[in-house]
Amino acid sequence: MSAVEKMTPAEARLARVTLPEGMGPQRRAALDRLVAMGLPGRRDEYWRWTNPTDLIAPEPVPAAPFADDEPALFDDVERLKIVFRDGVFDAEASDDLALSGIEISRLSEAGDVNWASSLYGTLETAGQTPVERPFAALNTASAEDGLLIRVTGKIETPVNLIYIHESESSDAILHHVVKLEEGAEITVLENGPAGARANIVMEVDVAKTARFHHIRVQGRDHERRMLTGIFARINEGALFKSFTLSSNGALTRNECVLDIVGDDANAHVAGAALGDGKSQPFHHDDTIFITHGAERGESRQVFKKVLKNGAQGIFQGKILVKPGAQKTDGYQISQALLLDEDSQFLAKPELEIYADDVQCSHGSTTGAIDETALFYLRSRGIPTEEATALLVLSFLADAIEEIEQERFRDEIVIRLEGWLARHRG
Amino acid sequence: MLEIKNLHVKLEEEDKQILKGVNLTLEDGKVHAIMGPNGSGKSTLSYVLSGRDGYEVTEGEAHLNGLDLLEAEPEERAAAGLFLAFQYPVEIPGVGNMTFLRTALNSQRKARGEDEISAGDFLKLVRAKAKSLKIDAEMLKRPVNVGFSGGEKKRNEILQMAILEPKMCILDETDSGLDVDAMRLVSEGVNALRDGTRSFLVITHYQRLLDHIKPDYVHIMADGRIIETGGPELALEVEKNGYAALLDKHGIAQEMA
Ligand SMILES: Nc1ncnc2c1ncn2[C@@H]1O[C@H](COP(=O)(O)OP(=O)(O)OP(=O)(O)O)[C@@H](O)[C@H]1O
Ligand SMILES: [Mg+2]
Repeated sequence: MSAVEKMTPAEARLARVTLPEGMGPQRRAALDRLVAMGLPGRRDEYWRWTNPTDLIAPEPVPAAPFADDEPALFDDVERLKIVFRDGVFDAEASDDLALSGIEISRLSEAGDVNWASSLYGTLETAGQTPVERPFAALNTASAEDGLLIRVTGKIETPVNLIYIHESESSDAILHHVVKLEEGAEITVLENGPAGARANIVMEVDVAKTARFHHIRVQGRDHERRMLTGIFARINEGALFKSFTLSSNGALTRNECVLDIVGDDANAHVAGAALGDGKSQPFHHDDTIFITHGAERGESRQVFKKVLKNGAQGIFQGKILVKPGAQKTDGYQISQALLLDEDSQFLAKPELEIYADDVQCSHGSTTGAIDETALFYLRSRGIPTEEATALLVLSFLADAIEEIEQERFRDEIVIRLEGWLARHRG
Repeated sequence: MLEIKNLHVKLEEEDKQILKGVNLTLEDGKVHAIMGPNGSGKSTLSYVLSGRDGYEVTEGEAHLNGLDLLEAEPEERAAAGLFLAFQYPVEIPGVGNMTFLRTALNSQRKARGEDEISAGDFLKLVRAKAKSLKIDAEMLKRPVNVGFSGGEKKRNEILQMAILEPKMCILDETDSGLDVDAMRLVSEGVNALRDGTRSFLVITHYQRLLDHIKPDYVHIMADGRIIETGGPELALEVEKNGYAALLDKHGIAQEMA
């Protein structure tokens, strides 16, 4: 047997890591950290419910791209369109990256853009304690593409990152850095499955009074596997808002690590996941960690999952209130609607509080469709399928409400209705 | 026309017979009232007719204008013109009242092969009906029955009835929980729908409602059967003397009722 054959998949994966050009010291540091912590196993506290095997494997499990017959998302929105095809920037399909009030460069071409080199990997590193995030370190070390976005003004035009999956074996690793200067504002839209396997990290630095809006739709691919990591630092009076819609996907793990470092800041993260395990497995995991390190911070976590045919949903959400973070207001809710008895939802809500004058609450529920409500609707002539869809939408409403802009909210609802129409019975 | 013949119903989960041979025919345009002691099976009859789960029909039949009700889905019964105003209207958080009403109306229209109502016409229709029932427009913006008072819920049932224009209306204790003025409003709403062809089955404990909605027939239900049928005077008699004598006459023990 050769040496290669004796390696575990994790060792084989690590051995294959090559460090692309640019951000050299940051990449080397990330690789060192990664080697020190190793890739996760099922025994790791936050990987007990999600099997990392397919994310670790040296090669992605082949995944056929899904032919989507719906109109493209956000098509009617006046936006700056930036396309990545199987994890590689597609200049032809993208708009000109110039937009006033914003500087955008490609990670692979930027060399060492000054502002970005002090951020690249920094927020990810901060997010490694107290919980290790090995895949994010892997991403920082080996990402070949991604965007460095610096926002200096209030940008009306959303930046839309579009991830196209075409190759059955693509392994997309993208790393974005977004820096909002004081008082700046931007909306980042992300949509698409990105690759057969994708690892996407976004580091977001939100300066004083800046506002960051993020709306993500993770594509309709059934077979893709995806891990994402958002690492944000939220300064005084700033707002961070992120919403994710996931429908389908064999494996999704969305990590979100938010650090409130300035007083009077807001951090809102929400998600709606719809899974039907009928033709493909569906496993969806939201793992959130919000740290309150300043006074009068307000954080919200609102996560809803609709699961059927053996679909699995996971929620691991933590609020950590550091000493001195007085008047913190932390709210967390995770709920699952199981449309049958084969599906499963596991939740681990955690609060850790070291300040005395705080208000934190969390709740988690698992339930089925309310039969009494269903009968009431049917008795008024609404057919079962449509009545069920109404009840599912009403279940998801709290998460959708977290999207501030109505036009995006409406677009998300149309997608939800589409999914419900396709996954009847 | 609604025809109920020898209807026997037991609970699906338990060996408990609730309806023990109900016979009732409602001709078009007529108003029938049902009174009867608590637990005699009045709501059960209304639920079985509208298709709620949990009951098993062991014998008998029910037809609405030729449609075999007991074979049809609840939504098919509704589209065929059956409407039940619930004794306990259901709260549905997250579903807006307007969405609910529009979806219901359009579902029924679609099932009958009619065109959907336009958004504009629908709004006009709802506004007009709500106004006549003195239902606040703000209430319509809220989720279905959520945060409604008991009386508001009952009025909302009648609003739905007015909008859906069913052929056969069953009102299960719509008067309970209503204040005097609301009772008058609701009765006027019901009377406005009396057009000579639409029929009503009004379940109530109180003669008072029947002063407003004048029934053609009054039935007394006890122990899962209709034990007595008469005109409006029967309701007056019950109001005065209670059920004891009637139950006695039919050999039904008080606690059995
Ligand atoms: N789902 C059920 N489970 C158990 N018992 C039931 C159920 N539905 C009805 N019953 C029983 O059947 C009997 C008839 O109930 P029903 O609600 O039809 O009475 P009712 O005549 O409408 O009474 P009320 O005047 O109090 O409204 C009662 O004894 C009731 O407890
Ligand atoms: Mg009753």
